[in-house]
Amino acid sequence: MQSLPLLTIITFLPILGMFLVLFFPKNNEKLIKIFTLVITSVQVVVAGLIWSMYDYSLGGIFSRESFQFVEKVSWINISGISWLGTIKIDYFVGIDGLSAPMVLLTALICFIATLSSWNISHSLKGYFAMFLLLDAGMMGVFVSLDFFLFYVFWELMLLPMYFLIGIWGGPRKEYAAIKFFIYTLFGSVFILLAMIGLYLSVQEVGADGTKVFTFNMLSMMDPKLYTATGILSPLNPSNLRFIAWLGLFVGFAIKIPMFPFHTWLPDAHVEAPTPISVILAGVLLKMGTYGILRINYPIFPEITQQLAWWIAFFGMVNIVYGALVAMAQKDFKKLIAYSSVSHMGFVMLGMASLNSAGISGAILQMFNHGTITAMLFLIVGVIYDRAHTRGLYEFGGLANQMPVYTGFVTVAFFAAIGLPGLSGFISEAFVFLGAFSVDSIRTITVISTLGILLGAGYMLWTLQRVYLGELNPKWSTLKDLDFREYAMLVPLTVIVLLLGVFPSIMLDLMNSSVNTMVDFIIKNQPLFSNLTH
Amino acid sequence: MNETTLVSLSLFILFAPLAGFLFTVLSGKKLKSAYLFEIFTISLVLISSITVLFVKLAYYTDKSIVSEIGWIDLGIVPVLGKIAIELGVMIDNISAIMLFVVALISALVHYYSIEYMKGDKRYNRYFAYLGIFTFSMMGIVLTHNILMMYIFWELVGLSSYLLIGFWYEKKSASDAAKKAFIVNRIGDLGMFAGILIIFITYHTFTFSKIFESIAAGVLPFNSEFWLSMTGILLFCGAIGKSAQFPLHVWLPDAMEGPTPVSALIHAATMVAAGVYLVTRIFVMLTGDAMLFIAIIGALSAFIPATIALTQTDIKKVLAYSTISQLGYMIMALGVGAYAFGFFHLVTHAFFKAGLFLGSGSVIHSMHHEQDIMKMGGLKKKMPVTYWTFLIFSLAISGIPLSSGFLSKDGILASALSFGSLTGYYIFAVTGFLVALLTAFYMFRLLILTFHGEPKDHHKYEHAHESPLLMIAPLVTLAILSFFAFYTMNPFDAQKGWVLSKWVTTPASVVPESARYPFMVQSGEVNHAEIHGNITHSVQYTEAMHSAHYPAMFISLFVAILGIFIAYMFYSKKKIDTDKLAGSLGPVYKFSLNKWYFDEFYQAVFVNGTIGLTLVLNWFDKYIVDGIVNGSAALTRMFSSISGFFDTYVVDGLVNFTAYFSGFVGIILRKFQTGKVQTYLILTVFSVLIIVLMYVNYL
Amino acid sequence: MSNIGLNHFLIISSILFSLGIFGVVTRKNAVMVLMGIELILNAANINFVAFSAFGNFPLKGQMMALFVIVLAAAEAAIALAIVLNIYKNFNNVNVDEIDNLRE
Repeated sequence: MQSLPLLTIITFLPILGMFLVLFFPKNNEKLIKIFTLVITSVQVVVAGLIWSMYDYSLGGIFSRESFQFVEKVSWINISGISWLGTIKIDYFVGIDGLSAPMVLLTALICFIATLSSWNISHSLKGYFAMFLLLDAGMMGVFVSLDFFLFYVFWELMLLPMYFLIGIWGGPRKEYAAIKFFIYTLFGSVFILLAMIGLYLSVQEVGADGTKVFTFNMLSMMDPKLYTATGILSPLNPSNLRFIAWLGLFVGFAIKIPMFPFHTWLPDAHVEAPTPISVILAGVLLKMGTYGILRINYPIFPEITQQLAWWIAFFGMVNIVYGALVAMAQKDFKKLIAYSSVSHMGFVMLGMASLNSAGISGAILQMFNHGTITAMLFLIVGVIYDRAHTRGLYEFGGLANQMPVYTGFVTVAFFAAIGLPGLSGFISEAFVFLGAFSVDSIRTITVISTLGILLGAGYMLWTLQRVYLGELNPKWSTLKDLDFREYAMLVPLTVIVLLLGVFPSIMLDLMNSSVNTMVDFIIKNQPLFSNLTH
Repeated sequence: MNETTLVSLSLFILFAPLAGFLFTVLSGKKLKSAYLFEIFTISLVLISSITVLFVKLAYYTDKSIVSEIGWIDLGIVPVLGKIAIELGVMIDNISAIMLFVVALISALVHYYSIEYMKGDKRYNRYFAYLGIFTFSMMGIVLTHNILMMYIFWELVGLSSYLLIGFWYEKKSASDAAKKAFIVNRIGDLGMFAGILIIFITYHTFTFSKIFESIAAGVLPFNSEFWLSMTGILLFCGAIGKSAQFPLHVWLPDAMEGPTPVSALIHAATMVAAGVYLVTRIFVMLTGDAMLFIAIIGALSAFIPATIALTQTDIKKVLAYSTISQLGYMIMALGVGAYAFGFFHLVTHAFFKAGLFLGSGSVIHSMHHEQDIMKMGGLKKKMPVTYWTFLIFSLAISGIPLSSGFLSKDGILASALSFGSLTGYYIFAVTGFLVALLTAFYMFRLLILTFHGEPKDHHKYEHAHESPLLMIAPLVTLAILSFFAFYTMNPFDAQKGWVLSKWVTTPASVVPESARYPFMVQSGEVNHAEIHGNITHSVQYTEAMHSAHYPAMFISLFVAILGIFIAYMFYSKKKIDTDKLAGSLGPVYKFSLNKWYFDEFYQAVFVNGTIGLTLVLNWFDKYIVDGIVNGSAALTRMFSSISGFFDTYVVDGLVNFTAYFSGFVGIILRKFQTGKVQTYLILTVFSVLIIVLMYVNYL
Repeated sequence: MSNIGLNHFLIISSILFSLGIFGVVTRKNAVMVLMGIELILNAANINFVAFSAFGNFPLKGQMMALFVIVLAAAEAAIALAIVLNIYKNFNNVNVDEIDNLRE
């Protein structure tokens, strides 16, 4: 079993599925749906298998030995280009405590989103093909350890997303899809530039003993492997590491999305079909923070340290600003979208603490936000499917008409508010514990706690407007949940409750990597900056 | 019974209501009698809590039994050191007493609700919510660490939200529920900040460990000021939950919930959690923090008492009275009267729950009429309700032989001695004033409701004594409002078993320089004599002693005075209240409109926030997104300019060549007539021109 | 005015030539056009003979003139045949309308 390339399977299974879907007869919609469901459930099973075999004691982050399920084969190898030497790109995948929760999350959310795709009405074949490609792209981002591979997957995921919003979306789908695509691509440019800069600054010893440039992320974390003259080398007195950090950060921040780069999110969410909103909020946003943790943190520890205050600051802005703007929304989906902005702010705040409690809280918040927001979007989807409107003021009293549904809504809303006993609380508490421990960002942390209050404000207000009160007679024919909707909401509810009561399930998974990361940043930060001077 | 059994029993008390909740909520739709399971579990909980109370007080009087398990353990981590959070229970005297109080009132409310809520369409759901409330409240009582207290604190907030908004079809109910949750959250933010300070200073949440570290001289940010601040921040949680000034506004609105819920949550237990929290952190409060607490308590005692004078909704009067009494307790703790504060919590829980259940009985029989101006003369129709209500009113007014007299007198004596020791007599004055007001508005309520002539004859005709299940809890609580359960001496509680053995003031752990001067332990105290728990100096004991009789007489005097005035006003009608209200114009209106707190908060905070959200939304839509869309538009503009250039200049040049050739062709084509003669003319002329040019050349 | 010189011949021939050109250009009828051509040829013949008489070109001009006359006869024969054919094809000998050359 150990020898099976599980990460390759979990990443490329959807691509295989996509090709098979393309060969299916166009009008056999049932077959396509069931097949996609099978693919995503197999993915969940493989993710479970990975989890069961995962060694909690290994830290990962910078050393290849402590990564797990590692696969490394040469992918592109062009030698003899005179001024470049050899171009060498590896297929290098592996996971540690940073990516393992994300892999689990991706598998889970894709499965739930497949269930939620049952109502997609037209061009099913294309839809599910794109869906599976997106799945593969996201999974690939989380398992890649080679920067080039990472970038390929990063871009790979853009394309299907563009079509999924642009073809199966709402009335302004073209606008939203193009905005999403261009915005992300804009960010990718910076990532690409930084990647090339890093590539040209790091050399590792090749098989034949000569030094070759490398895209290996782990090598980029080693100050000893930088060349003396590389543009991003700490040895180079006029290096551009600060700018490269900023470039990468902006690239990732657009994905988070961080204020002021967040405006694509509400548009994309409002126009995207429900399952795509679920994936967008559930997984895609996490790629931004994951990228910062995976790349900015260990590759540029000294600049991360230097700019941590700003990460915290923008985290605070996200939290408070997102919550305030959410409160003003009249469209249910937009409200949830802005609540995502607010909740992702907690991730940034936790990251900025640069200590174990904060970073654990941040990663846990990434996972929890993934499940909770997925639930929230599914909840919106449920009434949108029935009522074909999302206006917060058009409902009222749904609790009477759909009591079971309202039960799920209550759980999801209170989880989003951060009610203890549900998963959101633990991650927020850890974020605050971590951030509050750091002198420089203590004030920021205190201001950020306002987010908890404002969150309660807009969530409870929404609960009141949509679900409480007298039933609007217009909706007296709405049906309560059906079996398929149970199947989507029950697993997420169970996870939300389970992680609220036993957060150690997730915390233990990431603990060792988080400690390694914190340790690594502390130890390597002077190493990188001393080389400069 | 050994300690393990005691712990298991307390865990049973904690989780049984949760089981009741889960069972009832999951099966409530199909199983019509699911609520019986909840009734059954709460009965078991009551029996268990009585057992715990007796065993704890009889066999482990001076021992606090702690049991904990690991919950989150990150081990030793870089930068922060060890991070481990335990879950645990702590059974000491006050938690054992609280367990009993909560279980008893909860059980009584359960039984009472069987009748009161009969016919409600969400009958099972109601009992489920009572279950989750009891679970959360028990959690607050039992926990041994501040983080878990916060967790259950919020869960109590949730159950309060669910129960206030139980009749959510009414907008006022869902508004009140939302308001309660959010106002509570404001207080909780402060509490959370306090918890953060505690964690980064002590790396633990467990009370006993925190106190040990403080005793060892570890202070937050190495300053006594921050120790005070920590205490005050934690106390913010109590301000929210116990509806203290300035966050008291949610409690009167919370009366939108079913009346038994008001009795359980918003009178006896949940709102008392704030007081309980202060008793838990009492030992780490500095003198400054305690003074702050006392001021908040005094304000909260006084302001609502003045509001209660003019309210006409029976539940609103009781709600303001609750805030006022909670203010009393908080003030007591603030002036250092730990034992009396807690004692008043217990006695108040019984008689205030009784008052609410009594008012519920009235409301039930008056077909949900809550306006006391439309009641009257109910004494004859509802004798049991009347007599129990009278007992509770006497207790809250502080008339001797009642439990309320004991606790209130103690608080007033403490406030008086605090005044004599520090010069701050204001607390004692407030205390007596509030006692006067309390006696007045309670008897105003009693007289208007039960005495005199009925004002609404139709409703009066239909009024009837409530069924046994509603009467029995009233009688139980009335019995518990007598002095005999707490002490043999009806005039002095200090010698009674509750205060001399069970609830003793714990030793402060804060540095002596930060304490109240009179709380500094003086050298000559014999530790062996007094269980090793003493924080009060000899002067304090002496001051208490000398304050005892004055306080008792003054409080008795003001209570009787208050009752007498109420009697004169409303029974004898010696003074026309309407005229008085008219002549007092603005003052009356100020009180009737609750000091305009709601209006002020609505105008400043609610509308301010909503205004801010609208501004930010505009900013987001037109500025932030405007920049994005603007840069897109700018790019499009550039692209159309370069598109124009490309189409008309670059490509234009190419096309021009073609057009030019074409044009020339078109002109030349004219000569190509196909007519031989034309060609000939051209030839001739051409030759002529050539010849002429040749000639010219020559 | 005493002697008739070379110029007089040349003037006559140019008048003749111009008349010929005028005939060729203005006449619609193909036969008339042919007659114009004859005038042009004869204008040339006069020139040949005049230059031969006044210049130092003994008999060469007369030779050429004879040659032209023969040629004109042959040309007239062929041209008339063409005109006949045109008439057959177009049922018309109007040169204005026979502009197929344009295509």
